[in-house]
Amino acid sequence: MINFEYIRASSVKAAVEALAKNPTGGFIAGGTNLIDLMKRGVTAPTRLIDINNLPLKQVEETSAGLHIGALAINSEVSANDLVKNNYPLLSMAFAAGASAQLRNMATVGGNMMQKTRCSYFYDTAMPCNKRQPGSGCGALQGHNRMHAIFGASDKCIAVHPSDMCVALAALNATVTVSGPKGERKILFTDFHRLPGDKPELDNTLQKGEIITGVIIPKNTFNKNHYLKIRDRASYAFALISVAAALEVSGDTIKKASLAMGGVAHKPWRLTEAEKFLVGKTATKENFSKAADLAIKGAKGYGHNNFKLKMAPIAIVEALMIATGIA
Amino acid sequence: MDNNCKNEGRRDFLKKSTALAALAVASPALVKAGENDEKIAALFEKIPLNIEVNGKAFSLSVEPRTTLLDFIREQLHLFGTKKGCDYGQCGACTVHVDGERINSCLSLAVMNEGKKITTIEGLANGEELHPMQKAFIKHDGFQCGYCTPGQIMSAVACINEGHANSRDEVREFMSGNICRCGAYPNIVDAIMQTKKEGSTHD
Ligand SMILES: Cc1cc2nc3c(=O)[nH]c(=O)nc-3n(C[C@H](O)[C@H](O)[C@H](O)COP(=O)(O)OP(=O)(O)OC[C@H]3O[C@@H](n4cnc5c(N)ncnc54)[C@H](O)[C@@H]3O)c2cc1C
Ligand code: FES
Ligand code: FES
Repeated sequence: MINFEYIRASSVKAAVEALAKNPTGGFIAGGTNLIDLMKRGVTAPTRLIDINNLPLKQVEETSAGLHIGALAINSEVSANDLVKNNYPLLSMAFAAGASAQLRNMATVGGNMMQKTRCSYFYDTAMPCNKRQPGSGCGALQGHNRMHAIFGASDKCIAVHPSDMCVALAALNATVTVSGPKGERKILFTDFHRLPGDKPELDNTLQKGEIITGVIIPKNTFNKNHYLKIRDRASYAFALISVAAALEVSGDTIKKASLAMGGVAHKPWRLTEAEKFLVGKTATKENFSKAADLAIKGAKGYGHNNFKLKMAPIAIVEALMIATGIA
Repeated sequence: MDNNCKNEGRRDFLKKSTALAALAVASPALVKAGENDEKIAALFEKIPLNIEVNGKAFSLSVEPRTTLLDFIREQLHLFGTKKGCDYGQCGACTVHVDGERINSCLSLAVMNEGKKITTIEGLANGEELHPMQKAFIKHDGFQCGYCTPGQIMSAVACINEGHANSRDEVREFMSGNICRCGAYPNIVDAIMQTKKEGSTHD
C-alpha cells in the first residue's frame, strides 16, 4: 500500500474542508472496501480523512421516518429493535451481507459507496473503463458470470454489489449529503447511476461531498422478504437478490415495491411488476406474471445468461416467502 | 515485552533496505531536488498511536498505512493472529476491538487510537486456557491450526453476541472464518459445548 497523509476529522465541516484542500484524498470509514482496493493498487489516495469520530451514528425514528447516520455500523443497524420490528426488510438485507466481522466494521455510508466486485476492475493488469476510462471493458467478452443483465452499456457491465442498497431502494429512502456548497438530499433511486458513457462514475455524489445519512419514510409494508442467491450459503456476494415489500390487506395488494441486486450498475427497481401487482390478489399466478414483466429487456452476456432464468424464479420466490404462501 | 517495542523485525529491516536501495538507484537529479527529498521523508512519516493490547497500554508510532494486523504481528511481535488472505476474505486475522470481532487486515492501526484490542494471546487467564480454547482441543476443532486463532476469537464473540443458539446459527455467524482443512463440524461442536457450559467473556 502506498503511504498517505492521515488526519482525523472532528466535524462534518472539517471533513469537507480537509478534502477540499486535497482533492486526491478521500474519506475512510470502516475501511473494509477502501483498504482492500488500496492494497491492490486500484486506488491510491494521497490523504485519508478518518471520519469515524463524526457524530453520525444515530438510528432513530421521527415522524418523517427512520434516520440512520452515515457512520452507523452495519451489524448495529441490523440488530436494532426499531429496524428489526418496523423495517424488517432492511434488517434482513444487512444480515445477508458479508460476514459478522465485516458487518462490525462496515458503515452505512461506506456500504453505499463500495465499488463493484468486477474482477477486471480489481485486476490492474486488465482493461477496465471504470478504473481507467478509455482502456476498454474486459468483462464484455470475458468472464462475466457475476455481471449485469439490466441497464449495462458497451463501456461497462459491472454490478453494484451491495445488499443494504437494494433494500434502501425498495424502501424509497433518501440520502442526505453535505458539501462545499451546503447540504442537499438525493432520492436513493437517483443516488447510484447506470454506466452509460461514464462508467467511472458510480453515483451522483459530487466531488467533495460527504454522505451524512439516510432517511426511510415510515414503513407501511406488512409483507417483506430479502432473498439472496449466492454461490455458497453465506459470506458471498449476490448472484441475484430480491427485496420484496408489499402492503397487503385481506388478500389484496395495496402497495408493492420490488428491487433487485446483482443485476445492474445500481439497485434495480422493478416498476412494471410493481404497477401490475397493485390491486391484484397475492397469488403465485400473479407473482409469476409480475416476474415476467420485470425481466422484459434483460440481456445476458454469455456466462451470466443463467441470470435470465434465475431472475423471475427469484422474484416469485421472494414474493411467496414475503406473503407466507411458500 | 517492554511497552516501547523497539526491536527491529526482519520485515522492517527488509522494508527499509528496499527504500534505501531505491534511493541509491534514483537519478542524481531526483535526490538533489529538495522537494522530492521532502516527499520521500513524508512517505516514512510515522504518527503516534496509543492503544491497549491484551490489557497492556502501548504508546508507539506507526506509518499510517500499517494495518492493525501488521502492527500486532510486526511491531508488537504477537504472532498468534494470522494473515491468511489479507483482504477480509478468510477471518484468520480476527481480533476483538472493544469486545467486538473484526478483521484486523482491513483496519488501519491508526484508526484504533484509544481502543482496547484482544488477540488470541490475551484470551487465557495466566496458564488457564479459555473455555473455548479447551473446547477446541477437546473436539479436535482444527487440523493444521492456521485458521484456529481467528476461529477461536470469532467463536468467543459469536457466543457473546447471542448468535450461538443452534448449529445452523453458529454456521451462519461463523461464516467469516474459512478453514481450508475443513474442520467445520468439530468447530461447531466446540462452540455448542462452550455455549452450553456458560459464559465466555474475554
Ligand atoms: C470479503 C468481503 C465480502 C463482502 N460481502 C458483501 C456482501 O455480501 N454484501 C454487501 O453488501 N457487501 C459486502 N462486502 C462489502 C462491504 O459491505 C463494504 O466493504 C462496506 O459496506 C464498506 O463500508 P466501510 O465503512 O468499510 O467503507 P470504507 O471502506 O471505509 O469506504 C468505502 C468508500 O466509501 C467512501 N465513504 C465512506 N463513508 C463515506 C461517507 N460518509 N461519505 C462519502 N464517502 C464515504 C470512502 O471514501 C471509500 O471510497 C464485502 C466485503 C468484503 C471485504
Ligand atoms: S487475513 Fe484478514 S480476513 Fe484473511
Ligand atoms: S485447521 Fe487448517 S485451515 Fe483450519
